[in-house]
This record gives sequence, C-alpha cells and structure tokens, in this order.
Amino acid sequence: MIDMDLQTWIIGYGVLILKLGAVLLFLLLMAAYLVLVERKLLGRIQVRYGPNRAGKYGLLQPFADTIKMMTKEDIVPDAADRIIFLLSPAVVAITALLMFAVIPFGPDITVYGRRVPLVVTDINVGLLFIFALSSLGVYGAALGGWSSNSKYSLLGGIRGAAQMVSYELALGLSLIPVVMEAGSFSLVEIVNAQAELPFMLLEPVAFAIFFISAMAEIKRIPFDLPEAENELGAGFHTEYSGMRFGLFFLGEYVHMQVLGGLIAVFFLGGWRGPLLPGPVWLALKIVLVCLVMIWIRGTLPRLRYDQLMNLGWKVLIPAALLNVVFTGARLLW
Amino acid sequence: MRVDLIDKEPSGPIQAVWEGARAIAAGFALTLKHLFRKPITEEYPEFKRPLPSRTRARIVLTRDPDGGERCVACYLCSAVCPVSCISMQSAEREDGRRYAAWFRINFARCIYCGLCEEACPTSSIQLTPMFETCERDILKLVYEKEDLLVNHGGKDPDYNFYKHAGVVTAIGGKGEHAGEDQPVNVRSNMP
Ligand code: SF4
Ligand code: SF4
Repeated sequence: MIDMDLQTWIIGYGVLILKLGAVLLFLLLMAAYLVLVERKLLGRIQVRYGPNRAGKYGLLQPFADTIKMMTKEDIVPDAADRIIFLLSPAVVAITALLMFAVIPFGPDITVYGRRVPLVVTDINVGLLFIFALSSLGVYGAALGGWSSNSKYSLLGGIRGAAQMVSYELALGLSLIPVVMEAGSFSLVEIVNAQAELPFMLLEPVAFAIFFISAMAEIKRIPFDLPEAENELGAGFHTEYSGMRFGLFFLGEYVHMQVLGGLIAVFFLGGWRGPLLPGPVWLALKIVLVCLVMIWIRGTLPRLRYDQLMNLGWKVLIPAALLNVVFTGARLLW
Repeated sequence: MRVDLIDKEPSGPIQAVWEGARAIAAGFALTLKHLFRKPITEEYPEFKRPLPSRTRARIVLTRDPDGGERCVACYLCSAVCPVSCISMQSAEREDGRRYAAWFRINFARCIYCGLCEEACPTSSIQLTPMFETCERDILKLVYEKEDLLVNHGGKDPDYNFYKHAGVVTAIGGKGEHAGEDQPVNVRSNMP
C-alpha cells in the first residue's frame, strides 16, 4: 500500500515537472519570438522591414540577440546598492513566469488511466495569486530603479510604482464581475463557466477596463512612462546591461503573454474553442492579444503623467465600481 | 479618413467622447493600412543608392590633363583641416615644379567636411562619393600618397594649374602661360 502511494507520488511529481518544463519552454520561446514579431510588425507599420538579416526573414534574430546579451559585460554601477540591483531583474522575470502556473491550458486528459489536469496547479484562489504576483512584480521595477542610484532610473522606478499601484485597483475591480459570474476564484472554474458564452460578450466594460489597466500594469505603450526612453533614457533599467537587462526584457514579454493568457481565461473562454485542441486555442488567443498590443504600440503616443493618473483614478476605477454594481443587479434579477 | 478636430469644439461630453473615439479609430486604421504597404527601405548591401557626384567621402589626389600630379604641396589643405588629419612633405623638381614627397591622410580622423577641397588652389585634393572604407584595423585607415593618387582629373578634368601659374616650369616660361602677357621691359616703359 505504501508502495502504491509512493508510486502515485513519484508519477505525480514527474507529470508536474513535465508540465512545468513544457510551459516554461513555451513561454521562453514565445517571448523570444514575440520580440521578433513585435520588431517586425512595428517596422512594417513604420513602412520599413524590421530585422531581416539573421537567418531567413530574420528568424534567427532571437538567438543572435540572446548570444549578444549573454556575452555582454554585466556592469554594476559603483554607487548602486549591489544586492538589490542584482536581484531586481530576477524579481520581474520570476513573478512574470510564476503567473502562468495557474492558467489552465486545456481540459483534463486521461493518460494510462490517470487524470492529468492541463494546468500546472489549480489553486482555488488563483485570481488572488495572480494579483499577489503582479503586485510583487512592481518591486522589480521600483527597486531596480531605486538601487541603480541614477536619477533616470529613480524617476522611472517612482513612476512605475505609482502607476502600477493605481492601476492595480482598477485591475482588481474590473475582475470582480467576472468572479461574480463564475462564482469562483479558481481560473479553471472561470474557464468552465464560459462554456457557453465567453465573458467578453457578457462583460464588455470589464473587458475594456481590464485590458487598459493590465497594459498599464505591464508598462506597455501608451503606459510606458517608467521606461519612457525619450525622457528617461530607459527609465528603471537605464543602468542595466547584459543578461540582467535581458531579464527585464524577458519579463516584459512574458508579461505580455501572461496578459494574453489572462484575457483569454477571463474573457475569451480560455482554452475553449471548436475543432482544435485546448492548448492550441489558448496559444492562438494569447498571440491574438499580443498582436493587438503591438498594434496599439504602433499607433498610440505615450500618455502624460497627469493624464495617466486621471485616466486611472477618475475614469477606470469609478467605471469598474459601477460595473460591479450593475453586474450584481443583473445577477440578482 | 481625415478627422478634423480643430475646426469645431465638441459641444458636450458625449460629443467629446465621440470625437475622441473617432480620432483614435482613425489612428488605428492608418497604422493598419501602413502594415500592408510595401516598405520603402532601401536594403543597403544589395541596393546601393546612386550618390550625387559631390557627395563627400573618400579623398583622392587628382592629376592634370597631362598626367602630372596636381598637388603643389602648398600645405593649404593641411592648414585648413579642422581635425589636422593631413600631413605632407614638400619638395621641388629640377624644372621648378613643386610636389609632395609624401602625403598622408588619416581617414580615422577625417570628418569629411570638404574644407581641404575648397582650400586647394590646384583642384588636386577632391572628395569622392566612395564611402565604403571600413577597416577592422584602424591603422589601415591611414592612406599614403600611393593610395590617394588617381589618374584622372576628378570633378575638374581640364584644369591645369601650371598652365596659369606664372612660374617657369617645363610647361612654360615667362609670358607663355594662358592669358599672360610677355614681361614688360621696364627700361622701355618710359613716359
Ligand atoms: S575633409 Fe575636412 S577633415 Fe577631411 S581631410 Fe579634408 S579638411 Fe580634413
Ligand atoms: S591644398 Fe591642394 S595643392 Fe595644396 S597641398 Fe593640399 S592638395 Fe596639395
């Protein structure tokens, strides 16, 4: 009997490792190619080609970039707070990667008589887990900016902290209607609740608010004030070089995918879709959201700081609150 | 596709939102349209844009129509050069014609301002549109006279300095140059 338990445990562990490996590999590869796709599409929007020299159509560009960043010198400024400076890129990358742990990428499947849920871990407060991690991610930017001991970085870090704290509110409030509809904090349950109708149709306002504030949360244009390159150099990562800068970069693009995944899970029905298997649908939806974000980046200018705060506090948060009230009323009747 | 936002002020909040949404939608439509345009990029190593003949790049020393070196080693180019990248040593042939014993331009320092070409009285030093002079070893960018001399007249093919200069050389003696009168005999020049 004990043997059986041990066996179950070992197999469960092996399956977990496999899933982790698959998700990690997918995320990193996607992040690398998302950079390429973004550069290419931005290029085309600006009527130029974008990278097309490394390999055919520039397909090897991500590898070239990785090799470049790995071999660059890792500079730590003399005046920097060394330990925090060295750690903060990891905070950004790790919190971004961890968020994917609760995103379900398919229905339960049965392998050799064993039920394997296609999610790394289904915790019943998955949504809170995501919020916790995205709040932690702020520390990466804020501490990175502060510990560099450079004015540009500090300004970027402060902006990052202020922006992310204000938009977190709208982000959280916009998801409450989704939780009310699904009746659960678990992402698996939320996807299951959308079997008939994706929440995007039920909750278009929540969708809009979530999309906008999530873009602010991951510091994408038009909300890229923390790294506004033409005012702050590169903002909170001005002083970073080599692979540490690479980690910030990686974090940003993993964040894009996480945002895509979250939008898919909360509003587009997650892995649900006709014909194709679940993971493919999820990947397609993630890519779609990322493409839209690239399009937005190619179109909109950066907001001014006061406009950013106005939008967050005076428009998004009241709208999200009203939306909660309306959804409650609708669910009651 | 154009949205005129300036000519009329939005009359109310609803109109303002409508105008704003229209403007943003127009922006998105425009970028989407550009996405499917053919890029206007000229891809450099495959396509080399024909450059105007007065483009300022690699410097040459030209020759006059007879094939003689034009440079008279007057040091004017070297004096005017803002980054002091020209150096030379002047010398004189038996027939009185001056030339540079050696002539050196350090292209690692040259800023391609073209002042040397403007200063040159003999049209010798000229900038050409040839700009692909990169080297991995910076010392290879120091060009000697042999590297600089070409066998044509560049932008000024017919000019021959010694045909005009009033100096006695193999090309002409006193009074034999273009537009030059015979020397006046001061003794016969009485009032
Ligand atoms: S182009 Fe300007 S910098 Fe270059 S050699 Fe001539 S005077 Fe000097
Ligand atoms: S200015 Fe012309 S003639 Fe004088 S030294 Fe320079 S190249 Fe020779």
